Amino acid sequence: MDWFTKFPAMDTDRLTALKKAIDLGFRDFTRAYGDVFETILYPVQWFMFRVEQLLTTSPWPLVILAFAVIAWLASRSWKITIGVVITLLLIGYFDMWQDTMKTVAMTVVATIMAIILGIPIGILMGRSNRVQAVLNPILDVMQTMPSFVYLIPVVMLLGIGRVPGLIAVMVYAIPPIIRLTNLGIRLVDKDVLEAADAFGSSNWQRLKNVQMPLALPTIMAGVNQTIMMALAMVVVASMIGVQGLGLPVLKAIANQYFTLGIFNGLAIVGIAIIFDRTSQAYGKRLQKHLEVVHG
Amino acid sequence: MAEQVTGIGIQIRNLYKIFGSNPESYIDAVKGGMSKTELNEKHNHVLGLKDINIDMPGGGIQVVMGLSGSGKSTLIRHINRLIDPTAGEVIVGDEDVVKMNETELREFRRHKTAMVFQKFALLPHRTVLENTVYGLEIQGLPREEQEKQARRWITRVGLDGFEDNYPNQLSGGMQQRVGLARALTNDAPILLMDEAFSALDPLIRMDMQTVLLDLQKEIRKTVVFITHDLDEALRLGDRIAILRDGEVVQQGTKQEIVLRPADEYISSFVREVNRGRVISVDMVMAPLTGEPKGMPIKSGTVLEVAAKKMTDSNVPEAHVTDASGAVLGKLAINEVISAMVTPVDHDSAAA
Ligand SMILES: Nc1ncnc2c1ncn2[C@@H]1O[C@H](COP(=O)(O)OP(=O)(O)OP(=O)(O)O)[C@@H](O)[C@H]1O
Ligand SMILES: [Mg+2]
Repeated sequence: MDWFTKFPAMDTDRLTALKKAIDLGFRDFTRAYGDVFETILYPVQWFMFRVEQLLTTSPWPLVILAFAVIAWLASRSWKITIGVVITLLLIGYFDMWQDTMKTVAMTVVATIMAIILGIPIGILMGRSNRVQAVLNPILDVMQTMPSFVYLIPVVMLLGIGRVPGLIAVMVYAIPPIIRLTNLGIRLVDKDVLEAADAFGSSNWQRLKNVQMPLALPTIMAGVNQTIMMALAMVVVASMIGVQGLGLPVLKAIANQYFTLGIFNGLAIVGIAIIFDRTSQAYGKRLQKHLEVVHG
Repeated sequence: MAEQVTGIGIQIRNLYKIFGSNPESYIDAVKGGMSKTELNEKHNHVLGLKDINIDMPGGGIQVVMGLSGSGKSTLIRHINRLIDPTAGEVIVGDEDVVKMNETELREFRRHKTAMVFQKFALLPHRTVLENTVYGLEIQGLPREEQEKQARRWITRVGLDGFEDNYPNQLSGGMQQRVGLARALTNDAPILLMDEAFSALDPLIRMDMQTVLLDLQKEIRKTVVFITHDLDEALRLGDRIAILRDGEVVQQGTKQEIVLRPADEYISSFVREVNRGRVISVDMVMAPLTGEPKGMPIKSGTVLEVAAKKMTDSNVPEAHVTDASGAVLGKLAINEVISAMVTPVDHDSAAA
């Protein structure tokens, strides 16, 4: 009755051999292709570096002004714009400006990459049930996998630093944008699509004129979620050498520096709110024409 | 332009549509006489259309009428192949729509047809003007030309000043005008209208019917108009086809349908019709014997009008003339009156 009380697991030697085989296989893969990936990712690295440099070396009043202008253009709301300025001033006053800018830079770049990759994938998924059937379980796994696990293969492949961190963040944050693009496309009114067909729209024209514009509010909700996830992951990614607000938090955990942890934590909350309110207000503004005015 | 005067005719031949996962395997059984109920209950497929044959002459208004679920929308969607048939031909001009490949079909839809939808189906994120140019935009015309055409039709359907409104800022009647303007701007020889006016209240509906009839005098398109309303059918239709459960039960001119309903189903429809407003003097006149007597009455005049004219001038007899004034036949007042009041069922009509 031994098997009844203790799970009859695979025997230890064989299990070790299995893990070892996979690890060795992946290691060989990283040795063979690590350089290739680094070359491919060179433009990403350059872009990331530029954005970070721009945010950290520009005079702070200009940066705050730029943020205020973007917030205003996106939301057209004084409340949100003033909120953005005050949050940034407080962050600067408590001497977290540099770290915050690094975190913002990585969040922005990761979000842009997630959008560039995620929207086309979402469109494919929205147009084909087969693609949806294949991708859905993969997205499920991605969304439930603990975020730390993402760091392991990335580090093996690319080492530690900014770019591997960026990739981990991007991969972690991409599922919502894919899912909501897919959903948005699928929710487009069949009658309107039929009308577009009746006038002889090509596939590209129906995508450009009907599906994308009508899916846009849903896609914006996906962008908003992606930003929030990227921000959360930037902090986790400090474990593999990503600079920014995550690093002091890590230090605070190790050394039990309560105040340091709280301050940096609050700074993260601050920029999360900035991103969230601004992108949501923008999404709402896109839906203006859908408000029912008549009957 | 010459083409527009005569219009492009549409012939539907032996058209069948079966809905379901494997329609091809039942087509032979259906052609062999399997009923809609049997197909549905035993095989879980829906018989949408069965052996439809309709000849729609170019430049006229063909009305397709039937109750809800009779297959009207399914039928009209075969003309621009928004629905693929299970079997049969849809010949427009001299091309079979069913045989077109994807590119040909797209070109056909862009240049030969335009459609108005029951639920308007406007693009909610586009203004009235941007909706109206849609067909021309798809064709890739220069923007200026698109807007010129669009503005002309926006004015024509009475939406001046609303160019920059979004559809949800307009009432249902106004939205359907946008749908109409969008279709007309496309300047296609064929206009497909699927219950285009059914969602409108009666006054606006009459108004839109008038707009359509007035327009049709100028533009002479081949219009296929779907409705479930007999009054609308009689008002608009040059020819009417009546569908029931996916089959054509009768087709012909409106007078033929009112005077000789093919079965009980149709007579129950036409019983309530004001016959004086539908039947023309041509249907009741007798061949002329001897000299034409009384007053001249134009061919195509409806009985109500003829009766009023004859009683007003107090003549028992009149003669019918064509546009050039040639005499076609004679008309007696008692014939006119009895044709107006006789309630026809299909038995007495056949007798
Ligand atoms: N995609 C489909 N799959 C299965 N059955 C269908 C499908 N489309 C239509 N039908 C069936 O075909 C029949 C005819 O439908 P259709 O929409 O053409 O009717 P209709 O005459 O336009 O009715 P209404 O006046 O309500 O618009 C109905 O019984 C309907 O259930
Ligand atoms: Mg219908």
